[in-house]
Amino acid sequence: MRDFLKTGVPFIWLTGGALAICLLMIAGLVALVLYNGTGFFWPSNIEAVTLKDGQKAMGQRWDRQEIPASSRTGSGQFRIQLKVGNRDVYRSDFRWIDESDIQATQYPKDAVVFERREWGNFYGFIDALYERETRVSNTWDVLQDQLDKTRALHEQIRQIEEDAIGDLNRQIEALRLKKREIELGDGNADDMTAIDRESETHWASYEQLADQLAQLRAVNEMYRVEVRLIGGEVQQIATADIVRAHRPNQLGLVGKVGVYLDRVGEFLFDEPRESNTEGGIFPAIFGTVMMVFLMSLAAVPFGILAALYLREYARQGTLVRLIRIAVNNLAGVPSIVFGMFGLGFFVYGIGGSIDQLFFAEALPTPTYGTGGILWASLTLALLTVPVMIVSAEEALSAVPSDVRAGSLALGATQLQTILRVVLPGALPGILTGIILVIARGAGEVAPLMITGVVKLAPALPVDGIWPFFHLERKFMHLGFHIYDVGFQSPNVEAARPMVYTTTLLLMGIVLALNLVAILVRNRLRKRAGGPTF
Amino acid sequence: MAAESVQDDENTLTIMPDIRNPIVEVSNLNLYYGETQALFDIDLRIPEHRVTAFIGPSGCGKSTLLRCMNRLNDLIDSVRIEGIVEIDNDDIYSSGYDVISLRRRVGMVFQKSNPFPKSIYENLVYGLRIAGENRRPMLDEVVEQSLRAAALWDEVKDRLDNSALGLSGGQQQRLCIARAIAVEPSVILMDEPCSALDPIATGRIEETIEELKKDYTIVIVTHNMQQASRISDYTAFFYLGRLIEMAETSDMFTNPQLKQTEDYVTGRFG
Repeated sequence: MRDFLKTGVPFIWLTGGALAICLLMIAGLVALVLYNGTGFFWPSNIEAVTLKDGQKAMGQRWDRQEIPASSRTGSGQFRIQLKVGNRDVYRSDFRWIDESDIQATQYPKDAVVFERREWGNFYGFIDALYERETRVSNTWDVLQDQLDKTRALHEQIRQIEEDAIGDLNRQIEALRLKKREIELGDGNADDMTAIDRESETHWASYEQLADQLAQLRAVNEMYRVEVRLIGGEVQQIATADIVRAHRPNQLGLVGKVGVYLDRVGEFLFDEPRESNTEGGIFPAIFGTVMMVFLMSLAAVPFGILAALYLREYARQGTLVRLIRIAVNNLAGVPSIVFGMFGLGFFVYGIGGSIDQLFFAEALPTPTYGTGGILWASLTLALLTVPVMIVSAEEALSAVPSDVRAGSLALGATQLQTILRVVLPGALPGILTGIILVIARGAGEVAPLMITGVVKLAPALPVDGIWPFFHLERKFMHLGFHIYDVGFQSPNVEAARPMVYTTTLLLMGIVLALNLVAILVRNRLRKRAGGPTF
Repeated sequence: MAAESVQDDENTLTIMPDIRNPIVEVSNLNLYYGETQALFDIDLRIPEHRVTAFIGPSGCGKSTLLRCMNRLNDLIDSVRIEGIVEIDNDDIYSSGYDVISLRRRVGMVFQKSNPFPKSIYENLVYGLRIAGENRRPMLDEVVEQSLRAAALWDEVKDRLDNSALGLSGGQQQRLCIARAIAVEPSVILMDEPCSALDPIATGRIEETIEELKKDYTIVIVTHNMQQASRISDYTAFFYLGRLIEMAETSDMFTNPQLKQTEDYVTGRFG
């Protein structure tokens, strides 16, 4: 036995085993997220079950599990969870059915699932289609045609609401602020009446737009679908409320893939609906990427400069050693502490002062004195700058001192040496640091919750309105979105797949950002000719 | 050659050959690392267009003295220097002296080859570029000249754009020599340039040094007695921070004036 221990073989097994366990856990996590996240968009078949007591239910199968012994009543071992939808009729989206209670299961060809803008999915059969009060021929093509029409109208309404009326609102608000400014200043009455007159013309054009909207809405309300539920009840749905309708039991593989891709596209590029549990998450993707970008813009140059001073210029003594220890410790401070500091310093301190100095007319509504993407990014930059300093310092110290001396001995100044020899030599290592910073920053949520992330942001921080970048705006973030949808939403069960999908996406974005950095690093390594350290 | 004897404060005798018009003249140099003194009362003259070798056991201060000649010791915070080092009759430690121009006139080759993580070409023109010379024909010419002078041209002329880090150890060291002569210094300091190389690469570098001494003054630190006797015209022997004896190399190895020197060059201690 002793001899066996001496060979060192057990230690190899120990180290290898530790690695294998780590890999298994990571692979398990990724597999779980992948499995749950990718299946969400697949249009599975609609099952219509008839129970032994004559009841009927219809929906898409969500889950199948063993009945816990404590609550087992019949002889059955398993139960299934159906997503029956029709929340406005049944009050709940889901229904558990014991398999032993089922008499028959059918897959009716003409069962339709309507994805609605509100109230979730609706399952049923099309009874009739209405245009105004008249019935029109009840075919699938007519329904699709009506859907296209209402979709176009919907888009038109949205444009008027957001662009035209939004524009007017901004102009009226600007005039109000101008008036307030005059009030705070010299209080010139002539100027103020001029402003009042101008705002009246705006109000007039607002009335016009409102009329136009009302007309469009009325047209939109014309089209209706009469749907018969499995239980026999009949319900009318306005076609304008339907996002998408399909008959999964009739769809072949190609059709299903089509629906799948359509839903993935909606998820990636649309705005959320139904308190984030449906629709897309584009604002969250955009907010996350932009926040990481702004954070890197602040943390990376700052960290590199600090590391340069510590490593190249500072006299290496006790003080520098203490600073180094402090920086290392700063990297371990809980992120919520940074969040609170960001709230106190950036938001209330700096933001509040900016408001008083430059946006006094808008007070008491804060402009910069409230959470926003700029403050959130700066807070995260503060959190990640120690990581950047430490890794940049390591990269700099890996450049041999002989190379520095060689440059100086050729008559270079210290600045020339740093810029032309030290930094290029340290660049691959510095890029590794940037990768760490991005990974750390993209995964952080806690400090963001108090410095500018919101559940639903009304507008992106970048748009076509001058000055294009609105860094004071609140924003959405994938990490917070996961928390919000998973734990704060009114319909947690329906939203669960959304949580997995969003997680998958967040992991994908972090991976993509890292891949870019790794590719850049490898190119630089190649140019410098093999590993420089 | 008549040797003059210098009697210094602590009664040690330094033997010094009579050198007229030295390019480097060190007078009464003392150097301290913090509290510890590393060099004691060095008086030394280095002749132009000759190879001068510094020999002595490890830690005797020969590399430290070498680094005084281009003020590379300035990089170490704790170093304090007293005395005078004159190059071309200028005191390089006088206040306001332009260190940058000094280092252009006094090149250096290090113990470990230290090519920059750049292409061969960019390594060679580094000194010119930092001096503001960016004209391509000029740079091309310097690259070829200095590579030929370092006997490296034939080996690398087809891959000037490849990374310098891909060269072998001996090639890297010759590249560093070429890089040093590309800025046309008058003195080249070499700090054990062959200590990390195999005998064949060492032989090549020795040939290069032989060629270079026509145009440059070379000061070389070496641990290898045979190397010193093969390539140098003058040899200075250091021991425990003092210059013990300096003489023409042939005299030094055949007829040393001091017992201590004789013991060292014949390998009885050190």
